[in-house]
Amino acid sequence: MTWSEMQPLLEQGTVDTLYMVLWATVVTVLGGLPLGILLVLTDKGGLLQNRPVNKIVGAIVNVGRSLPFIILLIALIPFTTFVVGTFIGPTAMIVPLAIGAIPFFARLVETAIREVDHGLVEAVQAMGGGIPTIVRKVLLPQALPSLVSAVTTTVIVLIGYSAMAGAVGGEGLGSKAITYGYQRFDTTFMLVTVVVLVAIVTVVQLIGDGIVRLLARRGRTA
Amino acid sequence: MRRALDSDGNPVITTSGLTKVYESRGRQVTALDGVDLHVREGEVFGVIGQSGAGKSSLIRCVNLLERPTSGTVTVDGVDLTALAGKGRRAGKDLRHARSSIGMVFQHFNLLSSRTVKDNIELPLEILGVSGAERSRRALELLDLVGLADKARAYPGQLSGGQKQRVGIARALAGKPKVLLSDEATSALDPETTRSILQLLRDLNQQLGLTVLLITHEMDVVKTVCDSAALMQRGRVVESGTVGELLATPGSQLAAELFPVSGAATAPGRTVVDVTFHGETTAQPVISQLSRTYNIDISILGAAMDTVGGRQIGRMRIELPGSYEENVVPVGFLREQGLQVEVVEQQDRPVPAQAPALVKEGAK
Repeated sequence: MTWSEMQPLLEQGTVDTLYMVLWATVVTVLGGLPLGILLVLTDKGGLLQNRPVNKIVGAIVNVGRSLPFIILLIALIPFTTFVVGTFIGPTAMIVPLAIGAIPFFARLVETAIREVDHGLVEAVQAMGGGIPTIVRKVLLPQALPSLVSAVTTTVIVLIGYSAMAGAVGGEGLGSKAITYGYQRFDTTFMLVTVVVLVAIVTVVQLIGDGIVRLLARRGRTA
Repeated sequence: MRRALDSDGNPVITTSGLTKVYESRGRQVTALDGVDLHVREGEVFGVIGQSGAGKSSLIRCVNLLERPTSGTVTVDGVDLTALAGKGRRAGKDLRHARSSIGMVFQHFNLLSSRTVKDNIELPLEILGVSGAERSRRALELLDLVGLADKARAYPGQLSGGQKQRVGIARALAGKPKVLLSDEATSALDPETTRSILQLLRDLNQQLGLTVLLITHEMDVVKTVCDSAALMQRGRVVESGTVGELLATPGSQLAAELFPVSGAATAPGRTVVDVTFHGETTAQPVISQLSRTYNIDISILGAAMDTVGGRQIGRMRIELPGSYEENVVPVGFLREQGLQVEVVEQQDRPVPAQAPALVKEGAK
């Protein structure tokens, strides 16, 4: 394949990948953030201690995390079809991507929020603050740098998943690499795809680290 | 600077029969064992004890951060234990009551993600105060604690003492009547400790703020407290105003607050401890004694304060001759309203001080 042949494929692949990953990230954050907070609050000694809820949510998250993504992808075909109307194409892929990433992100959120000093929670309780106040004004703002790191890691995992999704009717760089690079033995195209993926991951990581550094700088310099 | 306080006065914090039992792995640990505490309006009340004595549980039970196992807590006429209900979560009424009790912490507990000013505004946000009013009040409080220039700084840029000043400003934002101080100076160096205690004292006097503080440092009690309680193994073993404690023979707290020591300089002399518990006016009792009976008196040791023209503290003096020869001078001192104890120490080495109340590291 010549460069002029590769270029449109790579462009289309990149656009599809970014589209899938972006929307999957939005859904993952919307779903995983409350789940992670719930895991912390309902845990033993938590503000909303509730063993049954904690155990059930924890079990669902663990099952979700231990399923290999490629299996999940196939298992979710009926559900994806039900939600989107089809299981093929980048929009359909957002469903399994998000469902695969939510448990992962929820655990990262849980860890990030657990690191918030309990003294701060007590201070707000002593002021008369309730649980919504504690979550909004203490847990989330104090954990923000860790949460941004968690989102960065999740985006990168989603980029990896999205490449896998290419095997099951998805679009994006992964799909292009499989179709043109692997099935047509075009090593050059395969390598170029990998380079583009590495570049995307690197940029995402740099942006994430930059935001974390910006947030962490508060409180140290003026 | 200690104020002479009447024994009566409205109790603003009252605990009665307060008991807290922790259960861990089937074992029961009694942190509080029937604590009755009365903190009067406008006083600085210190609870002192070793770690593990239950003082931290006590102060955390006062605003119900810790649920007492039994007993009641009343703050400013409101029975908080009745508001608490059964569940672990604090209901609306309890949260509202808490907003009028300020609390400062050993490790400050400031939000590192907010500026100093925004930290002080946090309790006002919870109270639903409007933005402009919050800002005005926060700046006013910063001025009060002497940090007017640090409004836009982050806690990470402040020293320990400055952080605690912010903590105090934040605790005062809701205009509380009562301030709870949980080892507020324990993480600070001695000089900063003094300045924070001075601030607490100033606030107590300027705003009429009642302060309940817990500490393991006797110096804190010495410096600011009008009243004190000693806790051991979950119980209050001594409690009262400084004057009352001094008037209690054998009081450990009085001995620690006003330590006197010194042995007789020669055999055949009488050593007596004279306690001034604030009932007598500041007459020059010792020189009167000397002149009236024409005897030479040596002062071996003294720990005294003069508060509102009244002397408070203890003094160890030495009179010539045996006790039998000094019955009349001792009687004179008692007539002045002083408490006199003869120190029997002939031929025996005297322990330098009363048994240590707090562990060495704490001093």
